[in-house]
Amino acid sequence: MADIARPPTSSSASLPASLRLIGLRLRRNWPSATALAIIVLMILAAVFAAWIAPYDADATSAEAALQAPSLHHWLGTDVYGRDLLSRIIFAARVDLAVAFGATALALAIGATIGAISGLHLGWVDLIIMRCVDSVMAFPAFILAMAITAALGNTVTNVLLAIAVTQVPIYLRLVRGEILRIREMEYADAARVVGNPPWRIVFVHLLPNCLPPIIVQATLAMGYALLTMAALSFIGLGIRPPQSEWGSMTAEGAQYIVTGEWWLFLFPGFAIVLMVLSFNLVGDGLRDFLDPRMRGVR
Amino acid sequence: MPLCEVQDLQVRFPLRGLQAWLRTLKDGAPPVVRAVDGVSFAIEAGTTLGLVGESGCGKSTVARSLVRLVEPAAGSIRLDGTELTTLDDDAFARVRPSLQMVFQDPTASLNPRLSVRRAVEEPLKLHTDLAATERRARTDAVLEEVGLGADLAERYPHELSGGQRQRVNIARALATNPRLVVLDEPTSALDVSLRARVILLLEELRSRHGLSYLFISHDLATVRYLTSRVAVMYLGVIVEEAWTAELFAHPAHPYTRALLAAVPVPDPDAKRDPFVLSGEIPSPIDIPAGCRLRARCPLARPVCAEPVPVREIAPGHRVACHLV
Amino acid sequence: MSAVIAVEDLAVRFSTDHGEVEAVDGASFDVRPGEILGLVGESGSGKSVTAMALLQLIRKPGRIVRGEIVFDGRDLCRLSEEELASIRGAKIAMVFQTPRTALNPLITVGEQVARLYALHGGLSSAVSRRRAVDMLRLVGIPEPERRSRQYPHQFSGGMCQRVMIAMALASAPRLLIADEPTTGLDVSTAARILDLLRDLGRDTGASILLITHDLGVVAATCQRVAVMHAGQMVEIAPVRALFARPAHPYTRALVRSIPRADREVTMEPIPGAVPSLLEPPPGCRYVGRCPWVEDRCRREKPSLSEHAADHLVACFAVEDRRAAV
Repeated sequence: MADIARPPTSSSASLPASLRLIGLRLRRNWPSATALAIIVLMILAAVFAAWIAPYDADATSAEAALQAPSLHHWLGTDVYGRDLLSRIIFAARVDLAVAFGATALALAIGATIGAISGLHLGWVDLIIMRCVDSVMAFPAFILAMAITAALGNTVTNVLLAIAVTQVPIYLRLVRGEILRIREMEYADAARVVGNPPWRIVFVHLLPNCLPPIIVQATLAMGYALLTMAALSFIGLGIRPPQSEWGSMTAEGAQYIVTGEWWLFLFPGFAIVLMVLSFNLVGDGLRDFLDPRMRGVR
Repeated sequence: MPLCEVQDLQVRFPLRGLQAWLRTLKDGAPPVVRAVDGVSFAIEAGTTLGLVGESGCGKSTVARSLVRLVEPAAGSIRLDGTELTTLDDDAFARVRPSLQMVFQDPTASLNPRLSVRRAVEEPLKLHTDLAATERRARTDAVLEEVGLGADLAERYPHELSGGQRQRVNIARALATNPRLVVLDEPTSALDVSLRARVILLLEELRSRHGLSYLFISHDLATVRYLTSRVAVMYLGVIVEEAWTAELFAHPAHPYTRALLAAVPVPDPDAKRDPFVLSGEIPSPIDIPAGCRLRARCPLARPVCAEPVPVREIAPGHRVACHLV
Repeated sequence: MSAVIAVEDLAVRFSTDHGEVEAVDGASFDVRPGEILGLVGESGSGKSVTAMALLQLIRKPGRIVRGEIVFDGRDLCRLSEEELASIRGAKIAMVFQTPRTALNPLITVGEQVARLYALHGGLSSAVSRRRAVDMLRLVGIPEPERRSRQYPHQFSGGMCQRVMIAMALASAPRLLIADEPTTGLDVSTAARILDLLRDLGRDTGASILLITHDLGVVAATCQRVAVMHAGQMVEIAPVRALFARPAHPYTRALVRSIPRADREVTMEPIPGAVPSLLEPPPGCRYVGRCPWVEDRCRREKPSLSEHAADHLVACFAVEDRRAAV
C-alpha cells in the first residue's frame, strides 16, 4: 500500500516544496517540534548565560535572602540571597554539558566495541557480550553511585559514571544493527565490488546504523540528566557551590516545610522540562527517521 | 577454452543448535547441509548459461561461491585459466573487476546512503587509477549505457523506481568492464513491463561487450529468452544440461519435465503436460542415496536407488537419470 | 445471472504530504457466481487496493471517495463495522500473499482451522476438529490427521498457503479474494495451488477474485479477466478473447511484453513508465504510453463500453475504430 501511494519520483521537488514538507511534518508532530525549540532555547541560554542571566549567580546578599518570586527576582532567591533564575540558567551549563559529554563518550565507546562485536562473531563477541551482561546486571543507578562514591564526586567522574552505565545500551544497539545490516544484500554487493573490510564497515555498514542510534542518544540525554540530578540529590553528584539542578532541588527540598516552595519547584521543573523535551524529540526523530514512515506521511 | 570452468564444486554449511548437537552424538560427526554437492559446468566467452531450479536447490549458493561470498568446500573454479579457489584475498581482489554480480533485490542491494553516482563510481575508485574527472566520465558513460540519464546520477535509491534501481545495479557491475557477470534472479523482483526491458538491456549489453553471463533463475520463460545453454539443478546437483532450444523441446530428466509442465503459459488454450511430481523438495540434510528425485518421481524404479550415471543423449545434452 | 459482487465506479484516494494520490479511479466490474475473475495489473495499478476496498479495509490515510460495492443486495460502503464483521471472513474471505505471517505460530494448524468452524458454524469442538481435518484433506494436505496436529513452522510455504485456503473456505464464503496467492512460491508448488483454486471454485461454488501480475496464472486459472492500469479499469473480457483479441492498447502491449517458456517469442516492452498517481490529470492515464493517443484522451476519461460480446474496453481509439469498420 505504501508503494502505491508514493509518487515514483520525488527528488525533483523544488526547494520551496521540500521546505513546505518539512513545515508540514513539524506541524504534524508539534509536541516534538515544541520540545526541540525548548532544548535549543535552553542550550542558547546556557551558552550565553553570562549575558542572559539577570544577576550574578554567585552573588550573595543578606537582605535579598529567601524572597518569593517577584518582578525583581522572577523565580525568587535562595537562603544566601542568590537569584534563582540566574542559578538555574548557569546550572544548565553544567547539566547539559555533562549530559552531552556522557552521551557522546558512551556512544563512542559503545559503538566501537559494538561494531567489533557484531563483525567478529565467535569468541570475541562472546567475551564482549558477557562483560556487557555483567555491567547490565547492576541497576544502572547503583552502578553510577558506586563509581562516583569510589572515584570522588567531581564533574569528570560524574560524567564518567553516567557514560559507563550507558555504554551497554549503545553497544547492544550497534551490534544488533551491524548484525542486521551485514546480512543485507548491499553488504554482499559491496564485497563483490571489491571493498576491503574497513571500507565495508565505515562506508556501507555504520552510516546505515545511524538512525536508531541518533534516536537512542536523544532519549539517553534525558536519562543522563535525570541520573545526574538524582546523584546530586543524594549528595553523590556535583557538589555545591557549583549550581546544578539536582543539588538545587535537594537544597530546596529542605525549605518546603517552611513555605519557600520556589526553591524546590523551579529547579525540579527545569529537570522535568528537559527530560520530557529530550524524550519527545527522541520519539519525533524515531518517526522522522523510520524509513517505513517515508512512504505515506 | 571456456571463459569460466567450474568442476565438482561443493559447498557445505555446518548445522548449529540443539538438534545438530544431538545428531552429532548419534552419528559421531557434526551434520552438514550439502547445499552444492559436486556441480560442474562451463561458460563459453560471450554466452549465457542459465542455472535453473526451485528454491533450496543450491543455485544461488553456486552463484555466491563464484564471487567468493561463500567458501567452497572442494572443487575448482577457473576464470580465463586462473584457478580462483586457491587465490588469497588480495589476489582475488584483483580478479573482482572482471567477475561481477547483480543481485536479486534491486532495493536491498543498493546502499541507501550512496547516491547513484557514488554507487557506480565505487568499483572504479577501488580498482582503477583513473583521475576524478575520468572516473566521472566513465560513470556517466556506464549510466548512459544502461539507460539512466545524467539527471538521475545525483539521486538516492529511494528516489528511483524498481527498474531504475536494477539498472544502477547493472551499471555498477559493468563499471569495471567485467568478463563474466553472475546474475542472481535479476528480474524476479520486477514488474512485468520492467522485466521485459531489463531482459532486453542485459541481452543488448552482452552482445555489445561480448559479456558472459551466469543467469540464475527459476523463471523458465526468461531463461528461454536469455540463455544459450541451460543447466537444471535439483537438491545440490545438476540433473540435466543442454542447449536451450534442445532442453525446452526435449526435456529428458523427469524433474525438468515437471518444471516445464508447471510453468503457467499465457495462453488459455495451451495444452498442459500433466506430468507432476509428488511431495516437496526434501531437506538437503537427509539426501537420499541414488537418484535424489526418486521419492517424488512417478517413473521411479528400483534401479533408481543405485548411483546415477550422467549420460550424453545428444551432442551437448547431458542427463543424470537411470531411465533415459 | 446476477453477480456475486458488483463494483460500480469505485474510487480510492490516499492523502500524502505530496498531495492526493488517486490509487483507484472509477473501477467497475462484477464477479459472477462460480467464476474465477482475474484482476491483472502492474504494481501501482490499484489491484490490491481494489481488493482491500471490497472488504472495506482501506485504512487512513486512504479512503473510498465514491462508488458502490453491492454484495447480497447491500452496498458494503454503507454498512456499519458490525455488519461488515459478519461479512468479512464469513461471506467474503481472503487469502494473502504471505501465508506464513498470517498463521498463528503458537497454535496447531488443525486447531486454527477448527476454530473458524466453531466461530462461523457454531459447531462443537469435536465436530469442528473433524471438519478441519476434512478441509485440510480437501486442500491437498497429505496425512491430514497427523499434519493437523503440527504447527505452522513445520509446514512449507506451499503447505501454509493450502492451510490459508482451507481457513478461508471454512465459512463456505460466496467470494474468495486471493491476492497474489502464488507469488513467492516455486513454480511446481504454485501450479498445484492454482489447480486447487480452480477445483475448489468448481466443487464449492465459491466465486474467486484472483489478483495477480502474471498473465500465465490468469490464462491457466481464470474464466474472465479485468485489466487495471494506473488505477483505471481498461478492459474486461473472457480469458480467451483477452489473449486472442486484446483490444485496449495497454492490454495489447502487456500481452506482447512477456517472455514465454513454451515457444520462441519476440518480446516488446511496454513503452514509458507507470504514470504518477499524484494529482493525475483528467482523462485516460495511459496517454503517456499510448501509440493511439488523441487530444480527447487527455481531456476525457473513456468509460468501459461493450466492444464485443461480454468484452468491455475503455478506450476512445478502440471505439472509433469499431465505428469506422
